[in-house]
Amino acid sequence: MTVLQVEDVSVALGGRTVLRDVDLSVEAGEFVGLIGPNGAGKTTLLRTVLALVRPSAGSVLVQGRRARPGAPGVGYVPQRHEFAWDFPISIEQTVMTGLVGRQGLFRRPSASDWRLVADALDRVGMAHLRTRPVGELSGGQRQRVLVARALALHPSVLLLDEPFTGLDMPTQELLSDLFTRLAGEGTAVLMTTHDLLEALARCGRLVLLNRTVVADAPPDRLRDPELWVRTFGLSERSPLLAFLTAA
Amino acid sequence: MSILEFLTDLFNPDLRFLPKALLISVMSAVVCGVVGCFVVLRGMAFIGDAVAHAVFPGLAVAFVLQGSLVLGGAVAGIITAVLVAVFSQNRRLKEDSVMGVFLVGSFALGVVIISRAPGYAGSLQQFLFGSITGIPDSDVVVVAVAAVVVLGLAFALHKEFVVVTLDREMARAMGLSVFWLDIVLYVMVTLAVVISIQTIGNILVLALLITPAATARLLTDRLGVMMTLGPLIGGLSALVGLYLSWTYDYPTGGTIVLVSTAVFLLAWTLAPRHGLVATWRSARRQPDDAGLDDGVTVVGGDRRSPALDAGR
Repeated sequence: MTVLQVEDVSVALGGRTVLRDVDLSVEAGEFVGLIGPNGAGKTTLLRTVLALVRPSAGSVLVQGRRARPGAPGVGYVPQRHEFAWDFPISIEQTVMTGLVGRQGLFRRPSASDWRLVADALDRVGMAHLRTRPVGELSGGQRQRVLVARALALHPSVLLLDEPFTGLDMPTQELLSDLFTRLAGEGTAVLMTTHDLLEALARCGRLVLLNRTVVADAPPDRLRDPELWVRTFGLSERSPLLAFLTAA
Repeated sequence: MSILEFLTDLFNPDLRFLPKALLISVMSAVVCGVVGCFVVLRGMAFIGDAVAHAVFPGLAVAFVLQGSLVLGGAVAGIITAVLVAVFSQNRRLKEDSVMGVFLVGSFALGVVIISRAPGYAGSLQQFLFGSITGIPDSDVVVVAVAAVVVLGLAFALHKEFVVVTLDREMARAMGLSVFWLDIVLYVMVTLAVVISIQTIGNILVLALLITPAATARLLTDRLGVMMTLGPLIGGLSALVGLYLSWTYDYPTGGTIVLVSTAVFLLAWTLAPRHGLVATWRSARRQPDDAGLDDGVTVVGGDRRSPALDAGR
């Protein structure tokens, strides 16, 4: 089932075209990596899916409905530095903020809200630390808290913005396991990353993006150096090309 | 002066201004303590300063026209707050520069307006440093109503303010109107500042907004506790400060601020993690989390330990 459908989307920011004719779809249960250099428009594409940016052309459909802010079905995990980690709040309260969009004014969290929070913390393996202040957590734990916040509403598509940045290899592996498992449970996972190794190893499909989609295929069908040269502007002597063609 | 004599003075009909001043000081300190929590957590102390200066032309106009100071200040403060929010949308200028322009501009406007009033030197001093005499009865009502409105808003929009403070992009993605929530918060800061200016004064009001909330932050990692401690510390500082100023004939605003500053320094010395309280707490926490503390690192650290997998 196609959960996320991006059709012919173009985005202009401040009069500059950032994305052009982007086509992309993600099925339920897929783990898709969005790869590209800085300034390629990866984050802009995620923001367009969240309806925080209005496309100048094309459409974004989530579960067949036009994307809009606060729409159910989309979970978003921003880059870790976007979050105020010095805020005095516990892990479970942080995850609870993921439900604010559907709670009304004055309303206190209900028993079913707390169940959603407990369930989300279980899925990321953080239930045992639920009362910890978020300021005390390590980078990998912080990332898992943000994932739990996004999972609280059982989204059908999960958007991950650079989840591996600044994390060591074992922690990356832990998170990759988590994302793979979430996809296995039927969530459509779309992740931007600069970590090519992790993306090649784990994602079922990679989308190479540089203002537009350069390639969209499973990792083992992206051996053509030309695609990587076009996406990243690499020189022919780049060690990455040697690695990709050798592997 | 003993506490008993202070109580006697409070009920002395010739000193009717004293209980009024006490009521207004404590109410405004409590409101500032609550609003101040978000000011401190969002790192917008400068906005508090800007608003404090921005209400000055309103006070001046109200003074010249013999109107309500609270109302005049609120109007001027809210206009400035909205201007700052609107002008900050222009990405060429950072928010603090926009505020810098408006806070000095409106303060200057206030200085010019008040210079047109006869005998302005005395009233200028009263505005800048506060005074416990000459508060009209109606102001007690206005302050009480403003306090209820601000505390009501803080309660109603608590969840939303938390989300916006944690992560603005996420708040937008959830469909919250970050722009309007900002404006409401600025208006709350303005009201808190305006009702405090009478007794504390224009210059020192920032202390009431920042110091009790900052003190509360030092003492806890729980938002609920912080938002209870902030107004408590503020209210008690106002009470003790007024008592000391009445007893020793010190300026009221200055004394209240000095008391809250002393509490802040005390909390700093005994702060969790670095002081006695911290030692006691970590000693008590050991049994619950035995073996897991290894998975916790200092803020900013990205260390991973085998304990991470403990719960999986």
